[in-house]
Amino acid sequence: MVVDGNKAAALGAVLSRPIMVAAYPITPQTPLVEYLSQYISDGLLDADLVEVESEHSALSVLHGACLSGARVFTGTSGQGLAFMYEPYIRTASLRLPIVMVIATRDGISPQCVWGGQQDAMGVRDGGWIQIYVEDNQEILDSIIMAYRIGEDPEVLLPVNVCYDGFYLSHMSEAIRIPDQELVDRFLPPYRSTHVRLDPEIPMAVDPLTPGLLFTQYRHGHLEAHEKAKAVIDRVDGEFESIFGRSYGGLIENYRMEDAEIALVAMGSPCGTGKVSVDRAREKGIKVGLVKIRSLRPFPVERLSDSLKKVKAIGVIDKNVCFGWGTGILFVELGSALRGLSIPVLDFIGGLGGSDITFDHFDLAIHKTLMAAEKGAFERVHWFGID
Amino acid sequence: MERRRFLCPVATEPYIVATGEWRAQRPVTDPKKCVKCATCWLYCPTQSIRHYHTHLGADLQYCKGCGICANECPRHAITMVLEEED
Repeated sequence: MVVDGNKAAALGAVLSRPIMVAAYPITPQTPLVEYLSQYISDGLLDADLVEVESEHSALSVLHGACLSGARVFTGTSGQGLAFMYEPYIRTASLRLPIVMVIATRDGISPQCVWGGQQDAMGVRDGGWIQIYVEDNQEILDSIIMAYRIGEDPEVLLPVNVCYDGFYLSHMSEAIRIPDQELVDRFLPPYRSTHVRLDPEIPMAVDPLTPGLLFTQYRHGHLEAHEKAKAVIDRVDGEFESIFGRSYGGLIENYRMEDAEIALVAMGSPCGTGKVSVDRAREKGIKVGLVKIRSLRPFPVERLSDSLKKVKAIGVIDKNVCFGWGTGILFVELGSALRGLSIPVLDFIGGLGGSDITFDHFDLAIHKTLMAAEKGAFERVHWFGID
Repeated sequence: MERRRFLCPVATEPYIVATGEWRAQRPVTDPKKCVKCATCWLYCPTQSIRHYHTHLGADLQYCKGCGICANECPRHAITMVLEEED
């Protein structure tokens, strides 16, 4: 079936059988909600659709539904995510395993509705799990896996599946739709055990929380993120055993076995990056690519393991990190690779809907290779500016 | 009874936050002037006014010392007294 990324997301939701969807229906929303609305009216999805007046309400409505034990779904993008900031944080603190897709856009200002990862990466410390995907098949598959990860009793966290705005959300490619029967076997109904609204046991939700208790909740929340690392890898393996597709869990290593230099990227640029790696390999350059799928939790251990033997690393950042003069992945990777004294270069591009092309990747491979051989390098290169 | 613990911030029983500890001044009611008209009870924003044998006065575990009761008392029976440092 040939579908765009939004339809792939809607199909992923349908297969996961949420019983409530609450979403803001128009811009900055994508056509995702139109697809879901159609599927519900066609009887393919047995769910209530609440078309709320704002993104703030969308997530708040789902808090109530999820607290009462329902599996729920929503999606947003750019400005909508910004408007959702308050309930976004509460979703994570309440440990509600809500799955929300984000068609990632570069921002609120300069006014922009085009692709970029700044919106979702800007809330990376909001307490959610964030998975970034490369193509439309991965959108659908990751949504099904997201429920398994988020609802795992060791985890109990909300999950974002982030797909690049326009590059994935509005572009079509062929995907396989898994059988509902197999998805049902992989993903049993949600049974909430840790918190449940019950008229017989009145409950105050998110009351004023004094410091020591607050600290205990935070500690537990961070522990859940640590435990989620193993769960994300395990669920990927179980998914492969049933559906025959694997994404590597926290990260995917592409031609890294004998790589002497490595690129690190996230999201849709990985597709272009892999082809560029293949082309460079034909010329005899031993380059590989590490695709980061999970930004939260950050795969510190697996990244360190994958990159311990390379002589230089080129990071592709489709975002910026204010105050560091670099991209966010560069900063995060630097923390993960403490003590590894090899050149790490940052390449910033793909902002505001601009393309990261084969030429850009070729340049990144060339500069990373030069850094490995000569040791001297410039830390940050901006595609299209330098 | 052991307090029931949850994974996330919800509560099925009160967790006492002693807001009285935030107080800089405390209201003191003069029982001779107080006629138990309950104006203070009506105005208290934290529902801290209790019915004592001789007068109405603040429960100092919760009273934050805002002084609204003293301001509103029609009999001027309440005075605000500075809390001494321990």
